[in-house]
Amino acid sequence: MKTDDFIAALSADAPQQQTPPRRAFAIALVVGAIIAGGAFLLTLGPRPDFMHAIQTLRFDFKFVVTLVLAISALLVARDMARPEVHRSGMRPLLLAAPVLLILAVALELMVVPPDLWMPRLIGHNMRFCTTMIPLFALGPLVLLLWAFRRGAPDNPARAGAVAGLIAGGIGAAFYAAHCFDDSPLFVATWYTLAIGVVTGLGALLGSRFLRW
Amino acid sequence: MPAANKPDGASPEMAWAELMRAGLAGDAAAYRQLLEAIAPRLRKFAVHGLMRIGNADAEDVVQEILLAIHLKRQTWMQDQPFLPWLNAIARHKLIDVMRRKGRRGEVPIEGLIDVLPDTPPEPETSQSELTKLVSRLDGKQQTVVSSISLDGNSIKDTAAQLGMSEGAVRVAFHRGLKKLAELYRAGGTA
Repeated sequence: MKTDDFIAALSADAPQQQTPPRRAFAIALVVGAIIAGGAFLLTLGPRPDFMHAIQTLRFDFKFVVTLVLAISALLVARDMARPEVHRSGMRPLLLAAPVLLILAVALELMVVPPDLWMPRLIGHNMRFCTTMIPLFALGPLVLLLWAFRRGAPDNPARAGAVAGLIAGGIGAAFYAAHCFDDSPLFVATWYTLAIGVVTGLGALLGSRFLRW
Repeated sequence: MPAANKPDGASPEMAWAELMRAGLAGDAAAYRQLLEAIAPRLRKFAVHGLMRIGNADAEDVVQEILLAIHLKRQTWMQDQPFLPWLNAIARHKLIDVMRRKGRRGEVPIEGLIDVLPDTPPEPETSQSELTKLVSRLDGKQQTVVSSISLDGNSIKDTAAQLGMSEGAVRVAFHRGLKKLAELYRAGGTA
């Protein structure tokens, strides 16, 4: 086929256009949060003493750290969807959630006697936590990958991983409303593990579905 | 006509950005003018890039880059410079081709399209990779894509011939183009 003919063919398709990546991310975020929230309310729901719990620092911190993760990863993702952005200026923001978590763990170690460290880290239901967070994250992850497909990420696996961070943060924020283990020691261990699973899954799916 | 087709001299970027904006707003003529204007630059870019691996049809690469530009055109943010975006797409596809040909290795530096002089004549290609791939599309998509791209019919004529609505032809054509890109990725011509 001659390139001129090919160009003529392409321009016949000019009006048809995909959703721009930024709008796609906004849609994915809203719909993903609704799906994850719906799944959360149908299965677990908030813990019975929720109103009391939100007056405690440790409980609130779980939402701060998971939402900071989701938002910072979203800002990076929006840049990664643009082919000409090789190094997003937003990347340092990804350090915010880990730094917050490390500070919280340090504080916890200072105020809690050493013989309580292990019990708090082990918590009550770590297996449940590492199962439910990825499950709640699944809907948002699929939608965020859909949004990334509207984009043109230079590195598909890395883009998928960032989608996993956003989805993992959303899933963990919902799970946190149910979970009785509020110690940063628990969060730093099991939430991190669960979000890591979602991130790995995102990278895997990304390398498969985000090529262009 | 804007300066888009001028061989060199002042950077055509502003004119290209203007055409692209019009194209994104649905102006097929402007969009076509843009693609025709950038094709010679892409050709030069492809020829230059392929010199080190040899033995690949530069025109196929040009068409592949054009297809990627088309399918990803919504990722250009209209308030941003156009050339870095164009360069990034061209580089990405060239790297892709080189990987498929079993070479990794450095790809020409960014901004190459800027620097290069213009326009070797377009070589005739007989049965390009793309044409072979069209034959691997499913029924309706194949009919529509080959009617429009190989036979050069308009969407309107194609719709009349096939007894489909123009909207349906557009959708089938668009899906066909996307599918072509997937077939490319899956390993080109088998």
